Amino acid sequence: MIENVDLSLVDWSRAQFALTAIYHWFFVPLTLGLSFLIAFMETIYVRTGDERWKRLTRFWMTLFGINFAIGVATGIILEFEFGTNWSNYSWFVGDIFGAPLAIEGILAFFIESTFIAVMFFGWGKVGKKFHLLSTWLVAIGASLSALWILVANAWMENPVGMIFNPETARNEMVSFWAVLFNEVAVGKFIHTISSGFVLASMFVIGVSSWFLIKKREEFLATRSILIAAIFGLLASVTLIYTGDTSARTLAKVQPMKFAAFEALYDGKDNAGLVAIGVLKNSGEKIDEKEVSDFVFKFEIPGFLSVMTGGSRDTFVPGIRDLVSGNSERGIMSVAEKIERGKYAGAVLAEYKKAREQNDHAKVEELKMKFMDTVFRDEYFRYFGYSFLKSPSDAIPSVPVAFYSFHIMVMLGFFFVLVFALSLFFLFRGTLIGNRWFLWVALFSIPLPYIAGELGWVVAEMGRQPWIIQDLMPVSAAVSNIKAGSVIVTFILFAVLFTALLVAEISIMVRQIKKGPKH
Amino acid sequence: MGKIPVLSAFQRVFHFYYDGFRTMSWWGKRIWIILLIKLFLIFAVLRLFFFPDFLKSKFDSEEQRSEYVLEQLINSPEYYD
Repeated sequence: MIENVDLSLVDWSRAQFALTAIYHWFFVPLTLGLSFLIAFMETIYVRTGDERWKRLTRFWMTLFGINFAIGVATGIILEFEFGTNWSNYSWFVGDIFGAPLAIEGILAFFIESTFIAVMFFGWGKVGKKFHLLSTWLVAIGASLSALWILVANAWMENPVGMIFNPETARNEMVSFWAVLFNEVAVGKFIHTISSGFVLASMFVIGVSSWFLIKKREEFLATRSILIAAIFGLLASVTLIYTGDTSARTLAKVQPMKFAAFEALYDGKDNAGLVAIGVLKNSGEKIDEKEVSDFVFKFEIPGFLSVMTGGSRDTFVPGIRDLVSGNSERGIMSVAEKIERGKYAGAVLAEYKKAREQNDHAKVEELKMKFMDTVFRDEYFRYFGYSFLKSPSDAIPSVPVAFYSFHIMVMLGFFFVLVFALSLFFLFRGTLIGNRWFLWVALFSIPLPYIAGELGWVVAEMGRQPWIIQDLMPVSAAVSNIKAGSVIVTFILFAVLFTALLVAEISIMVRQIKKGPKH
Repeated sequence: MGKIPVLSAFQRVFHFYYDGFRTMSWWGKRIWIILLIKLFLIFAVLRLFFFPDFLKSKFDSEEQRSEYVLEQLINSPEYYD
């Protein structure tokens, strides 16, 4: 039974999944963004016929190939973990996860086995236009591949388009389009691929800056910076825009996560957005959870309300409102949700009992209940709350959510500045002379990696305790296996992924130092 | 007669890949070695020895698996009151 699950097993399973996902995300965004940058560069080569653009394209394609090959299949380990460590969850999600992941697998296979081969082996063997088409298809295919994973992930944050079938204990998809166009999925997809575009643009600018510092490959470096800065600027503006629109969605579907981002405990109208702040422990508690308070904060008055509802009058609920409820604002308390979740669980238990007693009439009656919209929307949607021991269990770690979110946002604005300055210096012809900026650009290469990883921390840690929002907490999702075996594989992964990362960096650095072929 | 173009197309695809691998650069060869070792570790070691499908390894049928998960989901004894 779930109440007997060892917490260390849950923690180690989460740590292992986090480790795998974090390492996987070291490789993915560069593939997403660099593929488009290469496609732009090759397009210029095909249109102009200038061989220098071909040389430039092939150089970045080499780095793309290294990153792609080292990173490929690291994501498959996450699927292994679902089956071994998260079997209750895997079963419960049913075909909601299976369908998008199957599409992703097929798409990835076709792209990887055909068009990437043309990209690397096809120079001089296939026509220029067909080669260019292959490059574009790799770029588009990589993003489409990411789409399906993100659709599956978005469903965990906003489960829609399914009905729970008590007979199979699985959620069954009733609307593929509802799952695909889930409001969280749309925003998440654009936001995530834009973050990959920003990362790749910063990578190209950073590496190109190194060439300029070393007084090498001026044509390659300046043209690459031009393409990457334009692409990066557009992507980073999109990133900020989608971040803003996501805020509205989050405020609606994950208000607790939204309040935790801002460390907002007491809801209010005209709520300010904390631009910068430092938290401390206030000494107060909500049940067993410590309450954070600000040592200092710089706040933009009313902006959080505007972001959330378009006007300063919009009420933004705080953590206390969400835990204790706020009848004036129509917010249900967690205690009430626990009761409703327990009722849904009791119906499920009754169904199971009727099935064991071969009471077919009762089985059918209870099965129909799960088809009933009122039962689904008013009770079963809170099923996950039945596993919570106390209302405060619904609160995620506020400092983790707050700092991850704010550092990510600050880095996002820093990237806009780097892209804008790159273009400014390029057009004024002073880029090479501003060596300080070249050094800044070079040492900024790791920053979008940090921002991207923090984005995932915000998304995944910010929605704790849920693995599926309101339906299943992580403690109910885990397999009843020995924590020791999870620790062993955690260490194995740490070694394997670190070795892969070291291999990637060392081969890449060697190729960068070598420069493009003459 | 009809088979010749198919064979020819197959041969062209084969030679495309064969030549591509044969003339591969230093980094390409190094990457392929890493890729093959990685895939071996992931599929032949981790998958086989460390990541069995929990439900498939414990139960023979879908019914048994759904029964088990249902049991896991109904976690509180008070549901049976």
